This record gives sequence, structure tokens and C-alpha cells, in this order.
Amino acid sequence: MDILNALVAFLNFIVVPGLAYGSQLALGALGITLIFSVLRFSNFAHGDTMAFGTAFVILFTWWFQSMGITAGPLPTALLALPLGILVTIAMVLATDRVVYRFYRKQRAKPIIVVIVSTGVMFVMNGLVRMIIGTSEQNFTDGARMMLSPQDFKAATGLVEPLAIKTTQAISVIAALACCALLFWFLQKTRTGKSMRAYADNEDLALLSGINPERVVTITWVIAGALACIAGTLYGLDKSYRGIVYFSLLMPMFAAAVVGGLGSPLGAVVGSFIVAFSELIITSAWKKILGYLVPADWLGDGLYQALSTDYKVAVSFTILIMVLLLRPQGIFGGK
Amino acid sequence: MGPYRNVLLFAGVALLFVLTGMMQSWNLSLNILNLALLSCIMAIGVNIQWGYAGLFSTGVVGSVALGGLAVVLVSAKPVPEGWAAGGPRIFGALLFAAVGIAFAVWLYRRLKPGTNRALALALYLVVLFFIYRAILDPAVLAVEANNPAQAGNIGGLGLNSLIAWPVGALMAAAAAWVIGRIALGLREDYLAIATLGIAEIIVTVLRNEDWLARGVKNVGIVSRPWPVPMEIQLQTQQGFVTAVTALGLDPVTSSTILVKLLYATMFGLVLALLVWGCERALNSPWGRMVRAIRDNEISSAAMGKDVKFRHLQIFIIGSAVVGLAGAMLTSMESQLTPSQYLPLRFTFLIWVMVIVGGSGNNWGSILGGLLIGWLYLAVEFLGPDAMKHLMKSFPPGALKDHLLDSAAQMRLLTLGVVLLLVMRFAPRGLIPEK
Repeated sequence: MDILNALVAFLNFIVVPGLAYGSQLALGALGITLIFSVLRFSNFAHGDTMAFGTAFVILFTWWFQSMGITAGPLPTALLALPLGILVTIAMVLATDRVVYRFYRKQRAKPIIVVIVSTGVMFVMNGLVRMIIGTSEQNFTDGARMMLSPQDFKAATGLVEPLAIKTTQAISVIAALACCALLFWFLQKTRTGKSMRAYADNEDLALLSGINPERVVTITWVIAGALACIAGTLYGLDKSYRGIVYFSLLMPMFAAAVVGGLGSPLGAVVGSFIVAFSELIITSAWKKILGYLVPADWLGDGLYQALSTDYKVAVSFTILIMVLLLRPQGIFGGK
Repeated sequence: MGPYRNVLLFAGVALLFVLTGMMQSWNLSLNILNLALLSCIMAIGVNIQWGYAGLFSTGVVGSVALGGLAVVLVSAKPVPEGWAAGGPRIFGALLFAAVGIAFAVWLYRRLKPGTNRALALALYLVVLFFIYRAILDPAVLAVEANNPAQAGNIGGLGLNSLIAWPVGALMAAAAAWVIGRIALGLREDYLAIATLGIAEIIVTVLRNEDWLARGVKNVGIVSRPWPVPMEIQLQTQQGFVTAVTALGLDPVTSSTILVKLLYATMFGLVLALLVWGCERALNSPWGRMVRAIRDNEISSAAMGKDVKFRHLQIFIIGSAVVGLAGAMLTSMESQLTPSQYLPLRFTFLIWVMVIVGGSGNNWGSILGGLLIGWLYLAVEFLGPDAMKHLMKSFPPGALKDHLLDSAAQMRLLTLGVVLLLVMRFAPRGLIPEK
């Protein structure tokens, strides 16, 4: 019985990765939910928008590295991030102008726009594959650990180490900053209020003189920026492959639906629900349990409810439960 | 053009296949034709869902994979030792889980709403899951331990794979029933999101559950669907060899071509039957009702039509057709390869076929299936050639290599651009709905 070590193992394997992964999901799900509430369709291209933005961040990172510019202990990608965000914003605005605007003017059914967004997904995915290929790209540099396991063990004298990767810490801090900024923007500024008004009731907003094209543009700017940040953080933390971002769609949609599609706060809460459920269900609990019960009780099992291959099943089950029991989500979206 | 427009379109596509046969090889052309015919059947299934009823499912690949699984379960070589090691126990575990979930649903309806119900049910489901795993896990280990290099699975029934075709349709229909019950009747995007998830889960199960279909180690199916013979049998048959040599043909090549022609005939037959049925259904009172629901759900509901039930019905029929095609695909390839079940190839490509051909029109789906099916596979030999030709005068170097490499990735971009262009400028497709 060793509660302290068990707690550290729990922090190390569940809490820290969960916070980081939840933050990355939250930034992506926020984009999905914003687009849903203002443009009124589920954007299937969002995962590949993230991949697209990250691809450019990687290119800029390599460019900076080749010039000898680094960010010291932090990853160089953070310096390249603003440039990547600009490219992503330019891309989503161009997509809106060339593709989506036509359907908006026509007042096409949402499902038509969803199909169109799968077309955009193809184009983005194709571009990513042509620009940076399908192989794995590692672009993380700087200090690997913010809290290294050796330091932690030396400082506390515990057997179980606690490690916090720099990229995990950056993910959480960046998500906090972005959320604070976004919520301040939506609640306090005039533009943010006009966005909420437009999302709430399009006709009434038009009547009170809100320019719809401006609201749409700002939504794309925010969603594009968030997508690029989310993609880069995920790529830094895991390692980048352009084609894995498609499989982030499922957890992000689940997160947005859990919180209530269209509710930004719901998207953030939903993301952490999805991230922690995934980790709790697909982690091996043997190590943590090993500190709590006598060793010979446990046997050979890994105490893993599902193998990590079934991550998608976790977010899917959450989605199904919400659709069955509370289709409007926790925070009551649309 | 006028009345001959559609005939000309089909003639144009036929010309593509003839040209491929003459310039490349007839084997390749027939191979593409067979895959394109299967794509046509899948496109018909998707068209039933989208064209008739306006349901957008992103889980086509899941139905295809279930059809493939049906072929393994029905036609793979039996593994009696593997089955004896744990087969009944695995099915017992699955049955236990199904009964447990049904009981949970019953409890949910019976108990009073509130926090207590939620907590009690959550606890019940967790306990249920652990009991299920306790029954399942030893059986799975036992099955997979049996001769892992060649078997390690529960094996199939060893029946002719023609029987697996309707079984594939039934399995896809059952999955569609579950997912349709949950996701239909809500916002239409939810069906798209939910089907995306279920398809990914089905493919993950096929890839990881070695006891079922050997996972990524693939299962070979020896038997051909009746009446298709093995090439090697034909080559040793005296009558066949003398007949083709009398015509001045090579027995080996002609045996492969004959087998492919037989497949093409069978697939064509199934396709013709399906189209006949679909056309009959569309022009019946049922077809008019379904289209009325698609065009205006509220007024159809006001006329006393059960919109949710009809949507479920159509979703199941469409998925069954796709599952049928999935089973036909695996029985033609004589092998289940889970890694080939990519959403790109079996969901979105089929969607492009339906939309390019003309949603709501069965002939459009067939034209789209043949045309896009040909394009998708022909790009494999045309794309790199075209790129090399374009790059002839380009100075050699890293950029040239990169561009040549990226030609292989062009397919995706092209598909996306085609889809966007058709949606924008010809949303009714090549053969519009009447």
C-alpha cells in the first residue's frame, strides 16, 4: 500500500497527458463549434485544416532552423506559429470565398455544405500530402522535459517518477490563453457580441444592421487560427503525420456534441471529457494498482479496459450516449 | 445530342475500357471493369440513401468491410481446433453482452429519470463490461494460441462464397439498423458523424481481432463463388486448352481472361437485377412517397407518412446493397485485407461517383461508377507517365524529384476538385434525375 506513489503514477500516466491532449482537442473542437454556430454546418475539413496549418508551421520551423534562429528551451515551432497561422487564415478565407460563399448566398441545405466540406477535406489533404508527404516529420526541438523524471525522483525521494514534457505544458498554457482570449472576445467586444447575435438568430441580427459577411470572415479567421495552433501543438506533442489528423475528427466532433454543438464552453468541457475517458479506458492500470494492493493479487493482466487501437470507440460511445440521452448536449447547443 | 445523350455517355465510357484493353492489356481492362462494376453496386446503395432519401452517410466503408467479413465467416477454411478452443465461448460472451445491453435499455425505460438512474446504470454497465471481458479474454487467447502462423482464428464454415453474398448484405443491414435507430431523426449532420465513427470501429475490429479474421495477417479464401473455376483448373482441362489453341490464343492468358469475364458477367447480372428492382421501386407508390419525404419532410409527415421509419428502412436497404458489393469484392479477391478498407477508397470515392453521375438516378450512379472507377485506377498508370512527359524539359534536381513523387498523391486532390466542381456547376450530375 503506497498511496503517494500511486498518486504520482496516476498523475504521470493519466492527468498530465489528459490535460495536454484535452487542450489540443479543445482548440480544435472550438473551431468546429464556432463554424457550426455561425455557418451552420459540421465542418469535415477541420482535421485537415489543422494538418495544413501544421505543415506550414513545420516548413517555417525548418527555415528558421536553417538560419540558426531558435527559441532557446522552447520549440522553434512557436516562433514559426504566427506565420503558419497567417497561411492557414489565408487558406480558409480563400476556401470560403471560392467554395462556401456560393452555398451561403443560395441558402443551401446544411447537408449539402457538409458534403462540400468533404470535398474541401480532400483538397486540403491532397495539398498536405504534396507539400510535406505522408511520412512522419519530427520538428520538436528545445528542452524536451519541463520536469524531468530524475529531478522529480531526486527532489521527492519517491520510486515513481513524474515527467512533464515541455510540449505538454505549452499545450495547456496555450489552450488557457486562447480560451481566455476567445471568451473575452465573445463576451465583451462589440464584434464578439455581433457574432453571438448572428449565431443566435440570423434574421434578427441582419435586421439590427450586423454585416453577415464580416461575421463570417471573423469566424473563419478565429477557426483557422485555432486549427493551426491545435494542429501544431498536437504535432509537437505526438509527432507529425499529415494523415492522422483525419482521425482527430471523431474525438473533436464527439467533444463538440457532448458540450452541445454551437456552445464554445461546451466544446472545451467536452474535449476534456473525451480526452480523459480515452486515457482512463485505454491506459494500462497495472502500475497504479500495483501500489494500492498487494503484488500477488494482480496476476499478469495489464488492467486495460480496451487496447489503444480502440481509442475511436471511446469517443464514438460518448457521442452515441449523448445522442441517445441528451442530443442537445450538456450546455444546450442547437 | 438530345435523346441520345445518355447512350453517347455510356458509349464514351465503354470506349475508355476498350482503349485500355487495346493499349495496355485486356487483363488490366477487365480487372478495372470488375472493380468498377462493384463500385457501381456500391454507388447504387449510396444512391438509395442519398438520392432517394437525402441521407448522408460517411460510413460506406464499414458496410463494405462487414460484407468482406461475411465472406470469411462463411467461406474460409474451417479451423476445428481453433473453434473448439474457444469459439462457443466467444459467441457466448458476445451474446451475454447483447443481452446485458438489452437489459440496460429495458432498465432505462423502467426506472424513474434522475441522477440515481444514471449512476445505477453506469455502474451496471461497468460491471457488465468486466464480466464480458472475463468471459471473452481466455477464449480469445486460446483461439489465437492455436497454430498462430497459419490459423489463430475461429475459421469459417467452408461453404461456397456465393452464399456469403446475401450474408454480407444481412450483416451490413443489421449494423445499419443499430446505427440508424440511434442517429436518424436528429439533425442530419449527426448521421454523418455517427456513421464515420461506426465505420472506423468496424475496420479497427477487423484489423485487430485476430481470432475473428486473423487481423492484418489476412485470411485467404480458397473457394471461388460458384460457377467461377480456378485458372489452374482451366489450364489443365484438355477441352479448354484445345479450344483456345485452335483459336490461336495462349491458354494461360485466356484462362485468366475467361475467369475475369465470368466475374464481370455475374457482377453485371447482380447489377442489372438491382437496377431493375430499384427502377420498379422508384416508380411505385413507395418510390413517390420516399421522394416526397426527401423533398418536404413536414408536409409528408402531415400526410401521415412515418418519416423516421422510412428513413430507417432506406438506410438499411442502402447499406445492405453496399454490404452485398463488399462481400462480392472479397470473394473475387479471394482474400480479406483489412488494411485496404480506407474511407477514401470506399466512402468518399463512392460519393464522388454518385454525385458526378447524378444523385437520384440509378443510371447516373452506374455511369459515375464506371467512369470514376476507371479514372481512379487508370490514374495509376496514366498519372506518372503524364507527369514525366510534362517534366521532360524541367531541369533535374530536388524540386523535379519532389514533383514526380507528388504525382502519386495527385489522386486525392483531383477527386476533391472534381467533387467541388460538380457540386458547384452541375449539382444534378451527368444524368440528372427526371
